[in-house]
Amino acid sequence: MSKKITLPLTDQILKDLRAGDSLLLTGVVYTARDAAHKRMLEALDQGKPLPFDIKGAAIYYMGPTPARPGRVIGSAGPTTSGRMDAYAPRLIAEGLKGMIGKGSRSKAVKDAMMKQKAIYLGAIGGAGAIISKNIKKSEVIAYEELGAEALHRLEVENFPVTVVNDIYGGDLYEEGKAKYQVKAP
Amino acid sequence: MREIQAGDVTNIVARLFEHSCHYLPPDMIIALKQAREKEKSPVCRDVLDRILENVEIAGKEKTPLCQDTGAAVVMLELGQEVHITSGDLYTAINEGVRQGYEKGYLRKSIVSQPCFARVNTKDNTPAMIHTDIVPGARLKISVLPKGGGSENCSRLTVLAPANGRQVVIDFVVNLVDAVGSNACPPVIIGVGIGGTTDKAMFIAKKALLRQVGEPSPDPEVAELEREILKRVNNLGIGAMGYGGTVTALAVNVETLPCHIASMPVAVNMQCWCARREEAIL
Repeated sequence: MSKKITLPLTDQILKDLRAGDSLLLTGVVYTARDAAHKRMLEALDQGKPLPFDIKGAAIYYMGPTPARPGRVIGSAGPTTSGRMDAYAPRLIAEGLKGMIGKGSRSKAVKDAMMKQKAIYLGAIGGAGAIISKNIKKSEVIAYEELGAEALHRLEVENFPVTVVNDIYGGDLYEEGKAKYQVKAP
Repeated sequence: MREIQAGDVTNIVARLFEHSCHYLPPDMIIALKQAREKEKSPVCRDVLDRILENVEIAGKEKTPLCQDTGAAVVMLELGQEVHITSGDLYTAINEGVRQGYEKGYLRKSIVSQPCFARVNTKDNTPAMIHTDIVPGARLKISVLPKGGGSENCSRLTVLAPANGRQVVIDFVVNLVDAVGSNACPPVIIGVGIGGTTDKAMFIAKKALLRQVGEPSPDPEVAELEREILKRVNNLGIGAMGYGGTVTALAVNVETLPCHIASMPVAVNMQCWCARREEAIL
């Protein structure tokens, strides 16, 4: 049974979520991959504002295919989150509450999530066609010249994700694996 | 001598990339359905259901299966009796990539310099082309739109021959364990053993062209494939790493003779979204 969550994420919402929970997200998420993250950190270093309000925000690690005419967006599945590990703790410190992607996170990111109360959510890698149906609106709000890596503001409706890392140190990848691992005799 | 027009190559390459990014090969769909039946974890069964639903939607709505429509890998078997006319072969292939990625609304994911400016070439060229010259008068073109996520999970090593097959098994299993969810499991694992290091990685990638579930014709190699597959599925990683009993759909091992001092081993990882298609001219 999936829990319906309305964005933005708050500490009140996060405290009830545990690794393994299935969620349906509705609200605004921002997309950013490596190149956009690099620019956001440069902006912070220079004391410039970020392209969106990071407090309570959720970032979806995703770069879509071009939209066909008349469509909101193209294929829109998650990319590997580990490449954003170098940037994530800084954004979490600035108020980022949620990250959506696939693949494991570094210890530094997990520590930051526990300390500052943020979560990491898994979307199904490769399932970009079905995920695109949960995206109701898409617009590029910054770094347009990065093409597929531009920063988009998305409005999502019932976007299915799974809690991978919660604020208590729970980790679905570790817990799930431990459950089904067959130890050598 | 048989003549093949460069323009025909362009048209076929464009069509293969566009089509393969929307439709999984039938053997892959069967393998995913079998995985759904075998999987013991309810969470991973849900993931596999959604993956299968994604396959249907992609074809029906002409939305690419995955937003990462890959680097354009092209493997050629070029008959030595073939003469390409009205243009050169590699230019024709790159033109096919350009047209296919544009017409198919596929993502352009290639940057011009790997470690400097990383400027997008905007048409997904250049293609990554491998050519084998073979007897005959045909041109076989295989395309693999290869996603970055699983490609990043690939590795190459050179192991001590003295330790034999066990170190090969351990190397592959430990790699799958380490990369976990990053590779978008359930994966297909291409393994190349032998040759020189360059050849080992090439045959590991070429192994991904094999039909899923088709074992190596060499009984010893087939036994090795079965053993690696069993060990990998015992890891418990499961679909998308959420914990389950099906982590890999297949292990395809290719081998080559090698130097007395060496045992190169290459792993080319392939996500569940294993797109590939071929045509013969």
